[in-house]
Amino acid sequence: MDTTALMLSRLQFAFTVSFHIIFPSFTIGLAAWLTVLEALHLITGRPAYRRVFDFWLKIFGIAFGMGVVSGIVLAFEFGTNWSELSRLSGPIQGPLLSYETFTAFMLEASFFGVLLFGKNRVKPGFYLFSTAMVALGTTLSAFWIMVNNSWMQYPVGYTIQGGVYVPDDWQKIIFSPVVWVRFPHMLLAAYVTGAFCVAATGAWYTLRRMCPAEARIMLRMGLFLAAILVPVQLLFGHLVGDYVHHYQPIKFAAIEARWHDEQPASEVLLAWPDAAHEKNDYAISVPVLGSLIGSMTLDSKEVGLTDFPRSERPPIVIPFFAFRVMVGCGLLMLLVAWGGTLLSLKERLMRRRALLWTVFLCFPLPFIATLTGWYTAEVGRQPWTVYGLLRTADALTPFLTPHAAAGSLLVFCATYVFIFAFGTLYIYRLLKGGPAEDLLHQSPTALPNRPLSLATELPPTVK
Amino acid sequence: MILYWSLILALSMLLYVVLDGFDLGVGILFGLTRDETRRRHMLAAVSPLWDGNETWLIVAGVVLWGAFSQAYSLLVSVFYIPVILMLAGLIFRGVAFEFRGRARRTRAIWDVGFVAGSVVAAFMQGAMVGALATGLPIADGRFTGDVMTWCSPFSMLCGAALCVGYALLGAGWVVKKCEGDTRDAAYRAIPPLLLTVVVLLVVLFFHALHENLAIMHRWLDRPYLFIVPLVALVAIAGTLTGVRRRRDNQPFLMIVVLFICAYAMLAISFWPYMIPFSLTVSQAAGPHASLAFMFWGEGLFVYPLMLIYTIYSYNVFKGKVDLTSGHY
Repeated sequence: MDTTALMLSRLQFAFTVSFHIIFPSFTIGLAAWLTVLEALHLITGRPAYRRVFDFWLKIFGIAFGMGVVSGIVLAFEFGTNWSELSRLSGPIQGPLLSYETFTAFMLEASFFGVLLFGKNRVKPGFYLFSTAMVALGTTLSAFWIMVNNSWMQYPVGYTIQGGVYVPDDWQKIIFSPVVWVRFPHMLLAAYVTGAFCVAATGAWYTLRRMCPAEARIMLRMGLFLAAILVPVQLLFGHLVGDYVHHYQPIKFAAIEARWHDEQPASEVLLAWPDAAHEKNDYAISVPVLGSLIGSMTLDSKEVGLTDFPRSERPPIVIPFFAFRVMVGCGLLMLLVAWGGTLLSLKERLMRRRALLWTVFLCFPLPFIATLTGWYTAEVGRQPWTVYGLLRTADALTPFLTPHAAAGSLLVFCATYVFIFAFGTLYIYRLLKGGPAEDLLHQSPTALPNRPLSLATELPPTVK
Repeated sequence: MILYWSLILALSMLLYVVLDGFDLGVGILFGLTRDETRRRHMLAAVSPLWDGNETWLIVAGVVLWGAFSQAYSLLVSVFYIPVILMLAGLIFRGVAFEFRGRARRTRAIWDVGFVAGSVVAAFMQGAMVGALATGLPIADGRFTGDVMTWCSPFSMLCGAALCVGYALLGAGWVVKKCEGDTRDAAYRAIPPLLLTVVVLLVVLFFHALHENLAIMHRWLDRPYLFIVPLVALVAIAGTLTGVRRRRDNQPFLMIVVLFICAYAMLAISFWPYMIPFSLTVSQAAGPHASLAFMFWGEGLFVYPLMLIYTIYSYNVFKGKVDLTSGHY
């Protein structure tokens, strides 16, 4: 095992998985929102809902395609860089991941095709049903990923045979308590992301004085959904914190930058954690709040990092700051969503340009919150890949050289930056054009399992 | 269970080789012409299908990991460099495909990306098969070589052979789907490509004989295997008569038979090994609990559905591509 190769492999996985999560977290929420739109269209019969639907369906297609492309790499990376992990946990993680792939395929094959081509061929009720099935498909996909990752955070339902983790109770694995707080947390993150992107687009159009009817729907619905979802998300965030407190006390102490046992414990709001001297510099802390957050009491004892040997501790700085950035983004989003909804109820939002700008500029917040949330969870789990079972250093492909790892990292960086630049450019062009332009003159060459084709107006001769 | 998942894996890989093989082959042929009309015809012949074809690679990948995790962890890590380059090639190929039509000034970049991506992906796949046939240094289920073990003259030659083989398959597909000038050019390409493939296969055969590869003994131990090359000979003859008589559907069909022969030849001579000759299928297989869990959901329901869907989508796009009317 080579430490440079280990570091490079970790960087590579972090890079590829961060790139990937951006797209699903957007499309999962978008699929659910499309379902709501289609239902509203059926109920009210307002054509504006249909135009908004058609518009976002196209953006969904591109983002979905980028998610698929970047997801393929991950399925192989477990084997290339983490061959020991895939060998030891393969009997559990392999089947879970294969279910994810097969579920995603079911969604692509049957119902996404209906969305793209079936508008005039199927009954409206069935069209709505198909939209809901696509949303269900993306949700199930996320579900299998969360089962997989939750098993790595808190392994259950297995026995060890010849060093290999063999499943002996799939129910325990799938219905693990950790899954059922982390899955909703991720799902809500995706919904909030979708809501904010939609609201930001609506704000953008309003500022540019285009498509007033559609912009109004986007802005109001997006903000309204966010106003409901963000508080629920904060609640689930708290529940996720409870599981960390219960099952991964070291991670919890790292997030809190708590070095020594405290009773009652204070809460460090901001500081610069100094791992070498096991203390915090420039700390701003609130007494007793730490016990309240950790155990919901005023006098509980909360454990500190020094209870554990250094070899068991995660890096402190990343989980500590990532967590604070996530919470900060969450609170900002709450403020914007509630403020915006309140004003829009009083019909004053459309005239407040400053607030419209704020809503527009807020669209990166949910993405940042999702990424930093994942960094907290994954870096906080270190030095383990499978918590308590398999160390990251032991999960690495044993014969991997730094040169090979550096080369592949370069290849992925170059490829992804290249695709990302063009993918974003095309999404941006679509968004800029707006729903008024008839963007959905359908290309007969597009197939449901080829969503990226929506990005391209193929040359007329090919049509 | 083990047998079921072995068959599913074998079928997925065969489908991948044949289906993505022809569109990678079209990508390779694409680099051999400068004529814009021909290029557009060729793109149109594969554009509705390539993405679905690539799905089978992912299916094979996750089935390999889920059902045969020992083999997955060994193979994918041993082939670190070829796997990464293959993935990068496939990504570039796919993205170039989609963005080419939209580009104005940057079309040349996407053309290069399309051809280079196809060539790299095909070459790496061939090289991996070659390295696998050579035999990997494995002791006690652990790999004892290094990251460059896959790279040998034999595997390089296999990579080149698969590139030509895919090009041949691609030419067969273009003949089947296109008309006029494009089809005629593809017809002209088939005999030399076929000749090159046969020559390369003969060279590989003698190379294997010379190196005394363990795989050769399997063929001598199992003389019934020689039925497969006989079928292959018939397929070669069928391809050539199809070309001579200008029967548009025949060459592709015959080349597919040729590919199935080559695939079957490898599969039968490896069996029961998954990694010759150190890991058998049953050694590589996961525990029953994993295989059964996969079987009752995806194995029994989703997989057959995928097959049906594949047949359905090929049915939708059957017949010649027509660039004028807007429909196939």
